[in-house]
Amino acid sequence: MDPHDIPAKLAALLPGLDCALVECAGQSTLEVPAARVKDVLRILRDDSALRFDQLLDLTAVDYPGRELRFDVVYILVSTAYSRRLRVKTRIADGGPAGPALPTVSDLWPSANWGERECFDMFGIRFEGHPNLKRILNPDNFYGYPLRKTYPLRGERDPAFLEYKETEPA
Amino acid sequence: MGVELIRGDNFVTTSLASVVNWARKSSLWPFPFGTACCGIEMMAALASKFDMARFGAEAVRFSPRQADLLIVAGTICNKMAPVLKRVYDQMSDPKWVIAMGACASCGGIFDNYTVVQGIDEIIPVDMYVPGCPPSPQALMYSFTRIQDMVQHGRGASLAPMSESVVPLPV
Repeated sequence: MDPHDIPAKLAALLPGLDCALVECAGQSTLEVPAARVKDVLRILRDDSALRFDQLLDLTAVDYPGRELRFDVVYILVSTAYSRRLRVKTRIADGGPAGPALPTVSDLWPSANWGERECFDMFGIRFEGHPNLKRILNPDNFYGYPLRKTYPLRGERDPAFLEYKETEPA
Repeated sequence: MGVELIRGDNFVTTSLASVVNWARKSSLWPFPFGTACCGIEMMAALASKFDMARFGAEAVRFSPRQADLLIVAGTICNKMAPVLKRVYDQMSDPKWVIAMGACASCGGIFDNYTVVQGIDEIIPVDMYVPGCPPSPQALMYSFTRIQDMVQHGRGASLAPMSESVVPLPV
């Protein structure tokens, strides 16, 4: 299926869905609201015309000036149709509980470590994840180093004294 | 066999310490702690073209209990630091440490939240090898300098001492 037909297809299956396809440098990005992202991803995986059977990577981007601060990015591959698709969703900082999304580790096993890395680096919680703990940083690490607010030199940085993040419960 | 037989032109007298240290420096067994690109240069130094075996260091040991020279070749991040410390602690005395390359010596270009700013924050270091990465020649030069230290009973992990009080094997 041509990527440009994906929004119409999704809108037919998920009434009221507000998603858009953005094309840049020959790469397709689907922008989806966070509340529907798991439904969209499930359709992208299971629909016989799409069959995105592989989650290549799951990561996030921090835009500290934005109200919906984080982009969470899913990079999908359809081995059946030799297609790639990037799915982006925006989430807010989320207050004391921290930003959160539903896990997709039940859809693609490879999401397990990707979500742990995302949690480790950005403090994004993935609800329903079987083992959401730090994966790259040491277990006693404080903070989320890929957030733009994190001081580059960590604990050795004078700015670290002022660095505070809400630790997810 | 007897004392009479060893008298002659081939007979020298010396101290036990210098004989033991001579034997030690001629058969240093390195533990290769290669964590980055310096590890590749270390492999080159150990392999046939440069061949550290010429200096008695051909027996690379992957068990710290059998090694007396720790070559830290590469970046040590905070998560690796306890591992390095443990490997060092498992080596039996006397032991020597080479910090190979900029990362092991001072953190190198990685002045950030993950990287230890020099392994001397964790363990004593005898020799720092500059370079990013250092050439095998540089590593071998530092190795011969370590041999000098061994011969004279000096080392960062040893108490300051004169040649006469080098610990002897039991």
